[in-house]
Parts: sequence; structure tokens; C-alpha cells
Amino acid sequence: MAKPKKRVKKDDMNIFKSPKIEQVRRAVSPLNYARNNSELAVDVSHNVILYVESLSVSFDGFKALDDLNLYINNGELRCLIGANGAGKTTLMDVITGKTHPDKGHIYFGQTIDLLGKTETEIAQLGIGRKFQKPTVFENQTVFSNLELAMRGDKGILHALFSKLRSEDLDWIKEVTGIIGLDSKENLLAGALSHGQKQWLEIGMLLIADPRLMLIDEPVAGMTASETERTAELLISLAGDRTVVVVEHDMDFVRSIARTVTVLHQGSVIAEGSMSDIQSNPAVVEVYLGEEQ
Amino acid sequence: MIKHYRDEGRAEYFFQKNGRAFLIILFGVVIYASCCNLFIPDDSIFYVSTYTITLLGKYLCFALLALSVDVVWGYCGILSLGHGAFFALGGYTMGMYLMRQIGERGVYGHPVLPDFMVFLNWKELPWFWYGFDSFGFAMLMTLVVPSVLAFVFGWLAFRSRVTGVYLSIITQALTYALMLAFFRNEMGFGGNNGLTDFKDILGFDLQSDRTRVVLFCLSAIALAIAYLLSQLILQSRYGRVVVAIRDAEARTRSIGFKTENYKVSLFVYSAALAAIAGALYVPQVGIINPGEFSPLNSIEIVVWVSVGGRATLYGAVVGAILVNYAKTKFTAEFPDEWLYALGLLFVGTTIFLPKGLMGFFDVKKWRNQRRG
Repeated sequence: MAKPKKRVKKDDMNIFKSPKIEQVRRAVSPLNYARNNSELAVDVSHNVILYVESLSVSFDGFKALDDLNLYINNGELRCLIGANGAGKTTLMDVITGKTHPDKGHIYFGQTIDLLGKTETEIAQLGIGRKFQKPTVFENQTVFSNLELAMRGDKGILHALFSKLRSEDLDWIKEVTGIIGLDSKENLLAGALSHGQKQWLEIGMLLIADPRLMLIDEPVAGMTASETERTAELLISLAGDRTVVVVEHDMDFVRSIARTVTVLHQGSVIAEGSMSDIQSNPAVVEVYLGEEQ
Repeated sequence: MIKHYRDEGRAEYFFQKNGRAFLIILFGVVIYASCCNLFIPDDSIFYVSTYTITLLGKYLCFALLALSVDVVWGYCGILSLGHGAFFALGGYTMGMYLMRQIGERGVYGHPVLPDFMVFLNWKELPWFWYGFDSFGFAMLMTLVVPSVLAFVFGWLAFRSRVTGVYLSIITQALTYALMLAFFRNEMGFGGNNGLTDFKDILGFDLQSDRTRVVLFCLSAIALAIAYLLSQLILQSRYGRVVVAIRDAEARTRSIGFKTENYKVSLFVYSAALAAIAGALYVPQVGIINPGEFSPLNSIEIVVWVSVGGRATLYGAVVGAILVNYAKTKFTAEFPDEWLYALGLLFVGTTIFLPKGLMGFFDVKKWRNQRRG
């Protein structure tokens, strides 16, 4: 039992070939090619990419979100924390169109009203999501998974007749490199380890080149070194893109966060830098207090 | 667990290569049987009787029907328990053409009205029978009517995100409702007697050996074309989206695919295949009646597919032929026990061969290769 474990660890070490932040940034920036030929005209003239205002959602009387307000600036890396049931995942569900709110508004940029749009439309606007539980297409290869997630025409006819362009292939190659699965692109996704599936899912997010990324618990089940690389990747992504991360791992949050928002019982109770948050008495009481 | 996924997935892609062997066997058997029927005197031991030809032709139609179910069930996870309805509708359109071909040779000798209408004292042809004296129009309707039904049904069901067992139940209800409707004389499709006593097709006598052999060959050609076309479709990116929908529909939606459009289009394609199978079936067996809509028939198709193996296309074909051959033999000996046998077969396959016969053979082969 000890031997295979060791081997897996060695594999892990090679996963990411230690990308320095700049390196990754260089790799992903030219790939904005997709953005040029897309409909992505998000008006961020006030430097805010996402407005969530007085949002309420209840399930059978239980208020999952209660008059929640949240503003995400263009290009920032925001962490959402909060105890179980604080409404983090529900918030993501509402933003991506999976759950419909009872009341409130969500605007993407100045002009685009997300409520009333379907999940597919929201995805095509450039809002990508990584789910809490990694969901990849297990019966298909890593390559296929990435190809399906790629930005572009998702219509039936296009899917029937299209061939991959060479820049698409380069793009896929690039992303498999970033997520460290370049030697595994013909492997079925179901055969990957848990950490690798997490990476593949992040890759599926990257390849769609979204403007706003919602990332739910990216490091659950990852080793310390994988976690570190994930942190590097997320930091490198912010700037060009806007990244919102939900995470339980406080060390991880500390390592990446510029601004942290704390949710409790469906509303925001504090927002600020990690040190502000840690010294906020309300937060200490409801959340950090339990941990320490 | 991981190994299990790998096996499953590998097998699925590996299967596609076996398609060529399948086509060679299919045409080998068809050409052999046809030649032995037409060119060998009937006292020779090599003679293949016209009865056998018709029986084989029937099996091929069932194989095409099974293929159509495999396309939606095996690849997209849509367990349709109502595909018999599309098959029967295709059969009815062909039956209507054949009825109009009878002309004055009917029992009552009416120049236009089929016998059952004269019997019901109808004075003129209902509007929906117009045009069926033309073969081209009838064939067009064979494709159009079931496709439109599948489109409307699929549009309503998939847009409302009806999935899983609920979808299966409403497909079952669809075919049952159609059965009850077609049983009524007022529907104008011959009531419970259906359409029968056909004389000829495109001027060729339906009873002649040659016509039978041609119909048999046409069934094989239709099966081969449907097989190749389905393979082409399912290996394109469209096919990968469809498999993605089967495995994780919510995820597929979240990466920007309108999954309902994919499901509706695949369902329509599948319904059209089933209808073609029905249209080829009717001239060979010489009758179409509302019994073809019975829910049991649709469930049987699913059993064929699961016995053969899902998501392989040719597994469905093998399953349909084997189970129907067994049915022919079994019902000759013990007519009442067949349903029990079918039930046992289904339960047995589900427990012991979850990937069907083809899955059993193929995974084993792959494992051997890996060892060797």
C-alpha cells in the first residue's frame, strides 16, 4: 500500500511544473483570442462587474439568502467564506441561473440583467463555474472534456459539422499544459485521481475563457503542493478575469485573498482584508471562533 | 472504482471499430440467403425458403428499431418506452399506401375506398387518406408524421426537463394513448383489424419470392445506412455532447449547451429510424394493426437493446435478432411462457451482464489484450 502512494505523490510533483505566476499569466493572456470573436461586451465603466442587490432565496420557508448585497470589482480576486449553510453555494446557483431568487437583482456589468436568463445564456455571456464536487465527463477523454468546454458556437449544426481549427488545438494543448495533464489528454477523465479531476475542471473553466469565474471549493481533496499551485493559478488569473472563490480552507484563503466577504445565514456580515476580517468581532463570533 | 470507469469507457470506444465486421456479416448473410432463395431449386438442401427470408427481413426491421432505441437510450440516456409508437406510425403510413394500391381488387370492389370504409358505410375518403396513392408522398409521410410527433413530444418533455423514469412513463402513456385511438373505427385506420390484404407494392406482387427478397435486401440496406449514419453522428462532436448529456446533464448545460435542443433533435432522428423500420416491416408481414402500439412491444425493444448491449449500435442489432429468434422458437413450443422467459432474460441481463452480450465479449477481449 505504501508504494503506490509514493508514486502518486511523485506524479503530483510533476503536475504543474511549478508555474511561476508570470509564466501562467503569459500563457493565458494571448488566449483571449476567444474574447475577440465573442459577444462579450460587458460594460464595466464603473469598474464593477457583478452587482448583487437585496437578493433573497428561500427553500420551503428556510431563508438560504436573506437580502444579500454584494459587489464584485472588475478583475479582482474575491473570497467568500462562511459556515455550512451560510448560502455560498446558493449564491453561486443564483448567479449562474440554476436557482431562481424570490427577489433581488443581479447585474453583470452595468447593463446585463442575469435574472431571467437561462443557465446556457449565462454561461455564454462569459460566466464560468467550477462546482463544489468535481463533475467531469467520466466516459470521455481529458481532451474531449476540454474541447466540449471550449468557448464557441454550441449549436447543434455546428457540433455536427465542425472540425477543430488549429488554433483550437493549440489552445487545448496550452490548457492541458497549465493544468498539468498534457501527458494524459487521451486518458478517460474517469480514470483521473480526485485532485486531477479538480484540475481538469479548472481547465474546463479556463478553456472557456470566461470573464467571471465562480470557483466553489477548488482545493478540497488536494495535497498541500497541489493547493499551493492552485493558489498561484488563481492569483495569476485575476486581473484579466474576475475570480470569486468559495473556500473552507482558511490557510488557502489567507494565501490568495485580497478581499474577503463573510456570509452568515444568507447575508453579508463583513467584508475587507483578511486581517480586518479576523479582527472583526462579529466574524470571530460566528465563524472563525468555531475554528480556533 | 476508477478501474471500473476505465473499463467501461474503453469498451465503449473500442466497440466502434467492430462495426465493419458487423456490416460484412450482415451483407454476407443477406446475399447468401437471397441467392439461395432465388437461384437454388426448392428441393435442394441449400434452398432457403421464402418463409425464412420474410422472417429474416422481419428481424432486420426489428434490428433497425432496436438501433433507433439504442441511439437515444444508450448514448443519451433517454429511456423511451414508447418507440413502438413511431414504428407503428411508420407502418401505418406504408399500410395506407398499400391499401390504396388494392384499388378495385378489394372484396367490395370499390374503386377508391378501402374495404373497411365501405363496410363502415363511408361515402368518401377522409382527408388524411388523400395523397397516399402516391408512393413518394406516403414515404414522405413515413418520415414526417413520426418526426413531427417526436418533435412536439420531445419539445414539451425536454424543455420542461422531464427526465428519467418520469419520461419513460409518459412515453409509455403516449404509445398507449395512440393504441386506444387507433382501435377506434372512427379514427379511419381500420380499427382493431388494422390494414391488411395488401396486393402489391409499386406494381410488384407482394406474394412473389422476388419481391420478398427485394424487401429483405432493402431492410438490410436501410439497417446498414442507419448504422453508418448513426455512427457518423455519434462520433462527431454532437455525439460527444450527447454522451455528456447522458453522464452529467447539468454540467453540460453549465458549459453552455442547450441540452434540450440536442435531446429533441436526437429523439426526432431516432423516431424517424423507427418509422422507417415500421414502413419496411409492414409489406413483409402483410398487416399493421393497433396491437403494434401496445406498451409491451415498446418494452420488448428495450429488452433487445439491453441484452445486446447499450451504446454500441451493433449490440442492439445482435440483441434484437437473438431475442426475436428465441421468441420464434420459444413461442412455437410454449406459447404461454414467452413473457416469463422475456422477463427472466431482462432481469438476468441486468444483473449478470450490465453491458449486455457485446459488453461481456468485448471487455474480456480487451483485458486479454492487456495481459498479453
